[in-house]
Amino acid sequence: MTRDEIFDNIREVLVDALALDDDEVTHDAKLIADLGAESIDILDISFKLEQAFGFKIAQGELFPEGVTQDPDFVEDGKVTDKGLGELKERLPHFDFTSLEADRSVGNVANIFTVDALVDFCERKLQAA
Amino acid sequence: MRWMWIDRVVELVPRERLVAIKGVSLAEEHLHDHFRATADRPATPIMPMSLIVEGMAQSAGVLVGHAEAFREKVVLAKVSRAELSEDAIPGDQLRYTATIESMTDMGASTKGVVELIRPDADGSGTPREIGRVDLIFSHLDNNMGGVEFPERNFVFGESFRTLLRSSGVEIPE
Repeated sequence: MTRDEIFDNIREVLVDALALDDDEVTHDAKLIADLGAESIDILDISFKLEQAFGFKIAQGELFPEGVTQDPDFVEDGKVTDKGLGELKERLPHFDFTSLEADRSVGNVANIFTVDALVDFCERKLQAA
Repeated sequence: MRWMWIDRVVELVPRERLVAIKGVSLAEEHLHDHFRATADRPATPIMPMSLIVEGMAQSAGVLVGHAEAFREKVVLAKVSRAELSEDAIPGDQLRYTATIESMTDMGASTKGVVELIRPDADGSGTPREIGRVDLIFSHLDNNMGGVEFPERNFVFGESFRTLLRSSGVEIPE
């Protein structure tokens, strides 16, 4: 499957899960800030990706869990070096440039873009 | 009033599918408010569609809860789709068929078909599909926020146990 085909499938999943119009789903759209996804939508999206691509997604594989609640990983509202390392290890499909520039904990969700989902699915398909 | 919107489970294939029925009765208080007579319209008792969605949520919720022996606190987290094309009126029977589409430690997604049976003079009737209700459930103790809830399973209380017992469904210990 090409990257464009993966993107088309993901767009269909997001349009369905988040009740969006096709043109709202752009490569750099942030799922939470731009597309209005809530935590339960992440579960919905993960179920729909499994059906669309035929792979299984483990708990916490798609989006970090617990990292932002862990005092080891967050200090004074900022993600620590250890936290950033943990996120990078757990989520190799994300681009961390924006989080490296602004370590605010509220900024963690912003790395979750449509393109990150495309990377995630591409990796999963290659591993299969 | 008890918040029970199904009367009996008529079929259960564990982890797969559950069929439940609900008889719509004029004895239900809410039907007298939904809708009351107005100056230009007589009273119109119809089952609120939001409660049909709740009926499906209870059917699918029992199916999802049964899969883990009712240890998980299964809560309705999202109505992915709800389409209903016809009103249910007193004397009708609603038939909810819920199937599990996906299930993980965190929750489940279900698909549901709502059928309506309007009895003929001899009491028989053919079910006809009047809508679809697809839902997402969350296992409350495995939520992403890490919030803790009481140990007691307040989701599947005594009313649900009575429903299952009277339907002949074995409640896993």
